[in-house]
Amino acid sequence: MEVGLKMGMKGGGLNHVGGCEKAKMGFAETELRLGLPGGGGSGEGEVVRKRGFSETVDLKLNLSSKESSGMDANDEKVKVLHKEKNLLPCATDPAKPPAKAQVVGWPPVRSFRKNVLATQKGSSEESSEKAAFVKVSMDGAPYLRKVDLRMYNSYQDLSDALAKMFGSFTIGNCGSQGMKDFMNESKLMDLLNDSDYVPTYEDKDGDWMLVGDVPWEMFVESCKRLRIMKGTEAIGLAPRAMEKCKNRS
Amino acid sequence: MRRNGAEDMSEDDERQQSPRSDLEFTSNKARYCKATGSASDHPDQVLENVLENVLHFLTSRRDRNSVSLVCKSWYRVEALTRSELFIGNCYAVSPGRATARFTRVRALHLKGKPRFADFNLMPPDWGAHFNPWLLAMAKPYPWLEKVYLKRMSVTNDDLATLAESFSGFKELVLVCCDGFGTNGLASFVSKCRQLRVLDLIESEVIHDGTDWISCFPQGESHLESLIFDCVEWPINFEALERLVARSPLLKKLRLNRYVSIGQLYRLMIQAPQLTHLGTGLFSPLEIAGQGDQELDYGTAFAACRSLVCLSGFREIIPDYLPAIYPVCANLTSLNFSYANINAEQLKPIISKCHKLRVFWVLDSICDEGLQAVAATCKELRELRVFPINAQEDIDSPVSEVGLQAISEGCQKLQSILYFCQRMTNEAVIAMSKNCPDLVVFRLCIMGRHKPDPVTGEPMDDGFGAIVMNCKKLTRLAVSGLLTDKAFEYIGKYGKLVRTLSVAFAGDSDMGLKYVLEGCSQLQKLEIRDSPFGDAALRSGLHHCYYMRFLWMSSCRLTRQGCQEIAHAMPRLVVEVIRSADMEMDDFVETLYMYRSLEGPRIDAPKYVTIL
Repeated sequence: MEVGLKMGMKGGGLNHVGGCEKAKMGFAETELRLGLPGGGGSGEGEVVRKRGFSETVDLKLNLSSKESSGMDANDEKVKVLHKEKNLLPCATDPAKPPAKAQVVGWPPVRSFRKNVLATQKGSSEESSEKAAFVKVSMDGAPYLRKVDLRMYNSYQDLSDALAKMFGSFTIGNCGSQGMKDFMNESKLMDLLNDSDYVPTYEDKDGDWMLVGDVPWEMFVESCKRLRIMKGTEAIGLAPRAMEKCKNRS
Repeated sequence: MRRNGAEDMSEDDERQQSPRSDLEFTSNKARYCKATGSASDHPDQVLENVLENVLHFLTSRRDRNSVSLVCKSWYRVEALTRSELFIGNCYAVSPGRATARFTRVRALHLKGKPRFADFNLMPPDWGAHFNPWLLAMAKPYPWLEKVYLKRMSVTNDDLATLAESFSGFKELVLVCCDGFGTNGLASFVSKCRQLRVLDLIESEVIHDGTDWISCFPQGESHLESLIFDCVEWPINFEALERLVARSPLLKKLRLNRYVSIGQLYRLMIQAPQLTHLGTGLFSPLEIAGQGDQELDYGTAFAACRSLVCLSGFREIIPDYLPAIYPVCANLTSLNFSYANINAEQLKPIISKCHKLRVFWVLDSICDEGLQAVAATCKELRELRVFPINAQEDIDSPVSEVGLQAISEGCQKLQSILYFCQRMTNEAVIAMSKNCPDLVVFRLCIMGRHKPDPVTGEPMDDGFGAIVMNCKKLTRLAVSGLLTDKAFEYIGKYGKLVRTLSVAFAGDSDMGLKYVLEGCSQLQKLEIRDSPFGDAALRSGLHHCYYMRFLWMSSCRLTRQGCQEIAHAMPRLVVEVIRSADMEMDDFVETLYMYRSLEGPRIDAPKYVTIL
């Protein structure tokens, strides 16, 4: 079960934009002027202006999180290099900056390190500020609850907490063996038929999934709400969950 | 950090210490040599024998290179006595040529891809295969004991062949390598009966599903060092525990993040003789329930009286940090570069680390944390501050304030790598004056073209001061807003600089000209996204034969210009690399140029054109 390298690409946790207000540094004075390529000399053909710092910042605000997190995707195995030609003729019109503002390989931090830090977000103080509160509903219960998924470290923790909140249901065995069980169709059927209730969740794509099929961190990143369904109703979910898991792995 | 760590202080450090095995080998060889060639044969033979005995003690490869140039006789003898072979660029010389000249090699140190490949600037499968070297060495070097590879492609089959071909093989160190997986490791460790060192450092290991830890042979092991913190797959802990228990010589153990703190405890009590420890996860796999007894991790650390180097902390829970207090006073190296801790959490630890020489950390500790470091770590030689958010244009937890503090408190500093969002010339100038021993200065201001935020000036004066005042500087990486002036300083004062990294800097060809004409010791030049063109390159060509390589990506080079260079310099290999979806147009996306005795290589992929 892959946990490590690909993890950081989801959730776009690397995309904060801040500090735009710092662009009061007198950029008119510091703007460099470049000649066109092949022009040779130092500053003679003052046609192309380097994009100022403020323009760079503006670009980032316009990017959707998907686009910029996809930039550095899949570490060393990326076949296509999206280079930003910020020094070549296409930057002649400074008012229309190129669509991609993030640059490959900059800042020069190795992918391994970036990935490790991205997957750690769960334990940092920073992300406890962006707590992952999700609504929890249970079929038949009169009101909903809200839980912060970042308060828990594993499915077992979550299961215990929800059990306390809502009384009797179970996620079942949540060790690695338990996850294998979910992948095994007949065992899944047994589990669903036996339990009174089964926890399901809506993921980022809007699909309803069975809780427990992906690694914990991945679940926390992708879960938008929880619904504790009656076991009999959840059977219809199982084949879809299997399919989605197969597509992922 | 080990000197074989991912980023050496100074890669071509000639002050490397010779490993003990070399000395043992040397004295044996000396006795052997006296036996061959008796004195009555030839007076020259006597001289050669004497020379051979003397040269065995020469370990520095630079000195050896000089010795080999004296005359043919010295060349021959030096070649006979070189036991550690260092090849800085695997394509500079063919395996056959190397094995023909050096016939008694016991250790091979081989480097492949250029450093910018680490940052996705080079498409995959570019080359640097270990295989041809492996096959070429099997017969000439049956006594091969050690292989150190950096940025090479190694396959599972290579690992198996390595262990099979050399019965006395002892040490394998793979730094930033790829192409192999747990299957290869399994075959390697099972066949390598004399293994002492297996170090996997920042390498990408494929998950084949094999439980390689269980494949170490039974019985007492000779293992002295086992480093696998980069392996991102679970391991068989019980097998590891048994392995550690039967490895009485084990001194260095760096665990991966699949080893929890509870498991770490169990290993530490088996191996209190450890000197280097990578702690793995440093948190429990599950939250300890109310009934569980918290293990006394502090006593486990206290029992490791020889511990001098600590790393790991992959998912640190700060509550567990006090466990390391007992070892702080002895630590010479501490790597917190995966530990997201703040200044308050750092202070109680760092205040005890009086002997610390090497410190790697995240910028989450902020300037305040760096001030705490400066206050205590007077012996600090190497500092690396990595960014927790490797992005441009965000708020900066560390800045010129931290750098200034370090420069004032740690005046013996020799090597620094500092990522930040803002930096002033004043602080850089201060460091140049306070830390005259600097050998490596790498400053990465993450926002491109950023000027001094206080004065609005370019960062020319800061870097200028560094090259002027730090007379021992051999490695420099620049950033921020830089004009040609900065390069004028570097060319004028950076006479010892061997490695220079440039990104998003300079105004014109003059910048590159200054460097190529001025930096007479330059070996490795890597440039990206800077406005340097053909004319600049042409002007410095005469120097290129002395350089190991030149890398220029997203600059102003044209295909024609590179073609001319290729014609003018037959002993240089001029590779033009383009990414898969780029059309072949006039501008050269990436130029990678290196000297070679072999001419164009035959294993280049489609997207590489050798002019």
